[in-house]
Amino acid sequence: MSTIANKILTDNLKTRTLKNKAFKSLVVALSVITILPIILIIYKLIAKGIKQISFDFILKTPPDTFEAMTALTNGETIPGGIANGITGTLLMVILASVIAIPVGVVTGIYLYENPGKFLANLIRNVSDILQGVPSIVLGLIAYMWIVKPVTNGFSALAGSVSLSIMMLPMIVRSTEETLKMIPQTIKEAALALGVPYYKVIIRVLIPTSFSGLLTGILLGISRVLGETAPLMLTALGSTIINFNVSKPTSAIPLLIWEFYNDPNMVDLIWSSSLLLMAMVLTLNIMSKRIAARTK
Amino acid sequence: MNNFSIKIKDPVLSIRNLSVSYDKGKYAVDNVTADIKRNSVTAIMGPSGCGKSTLLRAINRMHELYENIETKGDIILNGNDISDMPTIKLRRMAGMVFQHPNPFPTMSIYDNVIAGYKLNGIRLKKKLRDEIVERSLTDVTLWDEVKDTLYKKGSFLSGGQQQRLCIARALAFNPEVILLDEPTSALDPVATSKIEDLLVKLKENYSILMVTHNMSQAARISDYSMFMYLGELVEYGKTKDMFTKPKDRRTEEYLTGKFG
Amino acid sequence: MNSDKITKAVLLFSSLIILFVAGGILFSLVQGAIPAFKNFGLKFIFSNNWNPTEGKENYGALPFIAGTIITSVVALLISLPLSFSASLFLGEYFRGTKMAKVLGMMVDLLAGIPSIVYGLWGFYILRPVLIDLGLPNQGFGIFTASIILAIMIIPYATSLSTEIITMVPNELKEAAYSLGATKLEVITNVIVPTARSGIVAGYILSFGRALGETMAITMLIGNSNVIPNGLFSTGNTMASVIANQFGEAEGLKLSALIAVGLLLFLITGIINALGKFIIKKMA
Repeated sequence: MSTIANKILTDNLKTRTLKNKAFKSLVVALSVITILPIILIIYKLIAKGIKQISFDFILKTPPDTFEAMTALTNGETIPGGIANGITGTLLMVILASVIAIPVGVVTGIYLYENPGKFLANLIRNVSDILQGVPSIVLGLIAYMWIVKPVTNGFSALAGSVSLSIMMLPMIVRSTEETLKMIPQTIKEAALALGVPYYKVIIRVLIPTSFSGLLTGILLGISRVLGETAPLMLTALGSTIINFNVSKPTSAIPLLIWEFYNDPNMVDLIWSSSLLLMAMVLTLNIMSKRIAARTK
Repeated sequence: MNNFSIKIKDPVLSIRNLSVSYDKGKYAVDNVTADIKRNSVTAIMGPSGCGKSTLLRAINRMHELYENIETKGDIILNGNDISDMPTIKLRRMAGMVFQHPNPFPTMSIYDNVIAGYKLNGIRLKKKLRDEIVERSLTDVTLWDEVKDTLYKKGSFLSGGQQQRLCIARALAFNPEVILLDEPTSALDPVATSKIEDLLVKLKENYSILMVTHNMSQAARISDYSMFMYLGELVEYGKTKDMFTKPKDRRTEEYLTGKFG
Repeated sequence: MNSDKITKAVLLFSSLIILFVAGGILFSLVQGAIPAFKNFGLKFIFSNNWNPTEGKENYGALPFIAGTIITSVVALLISLPLSFSASLFLGEYFRGTKMAKVLGMMVDLLAGIPSIVYGLWGFYILRPVLIDLGLPNQGFGIFTASIILAIMIIPYATSLSTEIITMVPNELKEAAYSLGATKLEVITNVIVPTARSGIVAGYILSFGRALGETMAITMLIGNSNVIPNGLFSTGNTMASVIANQFGEAEGLKLSALIAVGLLLFLITGIINALGKFIIKKMA
């Protein structure tokens, strides 16, 4: 019996070793292909976008299409910048955070405090499903909830609401996960001293899990920062810098979309995308740093 | 070379100047030389961290699965230098049983026994397969307990049954030596004694090298014993000699419970 | 004692907000979709005629349902060998090495790129290449959109499968190696069977993500209101038709687009619930 196995084994030894090596090479090759797009995309953005980046680019609003055309025909760089987009993005993201963070953190605390309860499980599942809702659907919702009945037109508020619904489940999840990592003894020590429950939350739970919460929040923000589709249905866009939440407002991704649709503005696409990417990646890296430091 | 070692004629396994290091310069196994007797049970004892498992795993070159582990010295299995063999072949010749029972959860009991053949891409006729499964399971005294549930997954088996299944899996290949790494440390006393009886019976046909943390187990079932301490093979001899008249002070202290 | 009760009540009521939001979304979508379904009934789902011309208005969402499913399936098929290889690279072959760290970081970066930037890259870089290769319709269509979509879902599929592959107990792998298996044989006989349901769940969740992607698809799929008749045909997905036609939408058309949104919401909801269910059953 053993001899049979032995013979077959020596016979197929070469093919097996070869197959094993071939498969490893395939895995390595395909893995390299997997990361090729990110390298190509970042290279493209930097190569084409860096020359437009200047103080004007951050401080001025975009040119009209005629100005851009004139610059193009004279072979000059296109004047102006995306200040309206930057301010709009900041306005809407901050507003969305103001809405989503308190609700999200409190919901996360509730889930942590009531593990196994029917309502908590329901909330957790609903939150998970909410996280999977396509952003364009949230755009429709904010249109129906805010644009029509509240602001009587496209508005930064509507944009913020759609973004905040996107952020909410992420914050809930990260809050609960972070809190779960706090040793039970810390909480019990505080409660044993007779400290009221709300003080335990504010003085113990939140500070202990602060960096974890921050990580979740930053990741949530970086997720919504580049969102375009829901803003097209809600904030619409604007050529001026606007801080009135009930008025149409621009955002960096919205400007990219506008530049993309205007042949004279194409040059601005790359610099705007570069700036947007830089913002998203900075937040990403920051959140990972914080997460790594707490581990 | 250590001073307290015995000579073995026609050994199944010869270990020569074996050193294994996880960190450069720090040896988990330090210059060990020993011959292992055919058709007998040899136990490797020692306090945890003494390098006994590391020594065992060097024999079927498990260390090569991980980076940064360096092995020096020679191991001869039945006259063949193991470093000249493909690992695939060597590991078939040196069957291994692990500390925790680890049958493949996705395979049936039947498939677990012939897993070696399946994994190695060896196709056997159904009749031969059935024969191997029955023989291996009979060898580990599991056949009567599982013959009606052969095609079910093994997860409902008790820990002791699972461990015997794992031994059967190693036996199915008719290995030249069976390496056991603390095979009963996760089992209850009843299951442990079943495995011990089994090992004593198996030595008629197989050569067994077993790491154990349990001195009385070594005393009960092994013919030869090694005592390792801090990577070094301190003493090696017939079990009954070592337990009655240890030659090295450290062996004596270990056996009398002064450390361990 | 009293303050504790108040705290608990505040926690409870704040948590209910998320339920109201989710319920509200479903309610509003249904309410907004009612005119469309009243007019066309089930034909809204099964008719392939989407015609916004005034007087001849007819809305059937079948072309977009088909477009969504086809692009997502093709994207999944393209991303499968890539993300699976990457997860073997990260979780098995080079686990814990510097190389794996770099690759993992790069794959994570893919998730950070905004959809619109993927669209731009597809439009300006990928499309010309595909035109050179002989793709019709100026390089627009299902295939182009699917390639970009595949790249977009790679990080999700990869991170989930990597996590599951890393969870396969070392003891099982060592058992297989000790029987003489090669790494490839360990992967096919031990790792994949053990991790199977988790890997499947990962791909289901990635599929759910693909269904709702909007901007990149809108920029590349060619935006036509017909059922795609091949891999290189143009089309529209449910998400892209909303993005494309929302601007001019009023009345019945708006209701039809909201109805499309409702369908998209339900389909992604079911797919995500399925993926999460499998993962929970594993744990």
